[in-house]
Amino acid sequence: MNAPKPSMRTPLARVRALGSSHSGTSDFWRQRLTAVAMTLLIVPVIVVVLMLLGSNQAGAKQIFSSVPIAIIMLLFILASAWHMKIGMQVVIEDYVHNEKIKLASVMANNFFCIAVALASIYAILKMSSGV
Amino acid sequence: MALSIVHRATGVALYFGTLLLAWWLIAAASGPGAYANVQAFTGSFIGRLIVFGYTWALMHHLLSGLRHLVWDLGYGFKAHEREALTWGALIGGISLTILVWIVAYMTIGGGR
Repeated sequence: MNAPKPSMRTPLARVRALGSSHSGTSDFWRQRLTAVAMTLLIVPVIVVVLMLLGSNQAGAKQIFSSVPIAIIMLLFILASAWHMKIGMQVVIEDYVHNEKIKLASVMANNFFCIAVALASIYAILKMSSGV
Repeated sequence: MALSIVHRATGVALYFGTLLLAWWLIAAASGPGAYANVQAFTGSFIGRLIVFGYTWALMHHLLSGLRHLVWDLGYGFKAHEREALTWGALIGGISLTILVWIVAYMTIGGGR
């Protein structure tokens, strides 16, 4: 949520249509955005995974030293981490009704998704820079 | 059809399945020993089963999600269209999973 800017709109008009999350439909939009991104990326990603299957660790490093391959995988990881963060939050909000447990779960969800994304991104950057 | 909950369940499965993906990438970046551990796991019966399940969850969630995108755009709400989309996701998900595994086995030369 951006800080309120000076505006002629009434406070009611400013909050209308934002819903209980106070951020409107941004999660709905990003869920679709990342879904379409992954749909476009899935074929190249499967090809990369198949290439990796037949290789040992040195071969895997070699494959990730290719810039387009590293970028395809980074994009896919970014999109999937974002997508699964939103999706799991929807699941939590649907099934967890205790406010404190819900807050803790949403927070744990954020930690999990960021940790998985960062670990994967770090691993790819490390391999693609040949360290 | 109760496929809505399957979409959600496969989503949750994929969520935790990313741990395997992250482990694989970290191992590849770490060294031959760590990578051999992952290969030993994915080569075992349980490991193969998990990766096969993960492939199906991914393919099903992908097609089932495309079905939701069609609905988001306002199409496919007639009874026979809904049925067709749902069966398409179900059968397509299984078919794509088998196709990917056939190609995978051909790539690595009949199992490692």
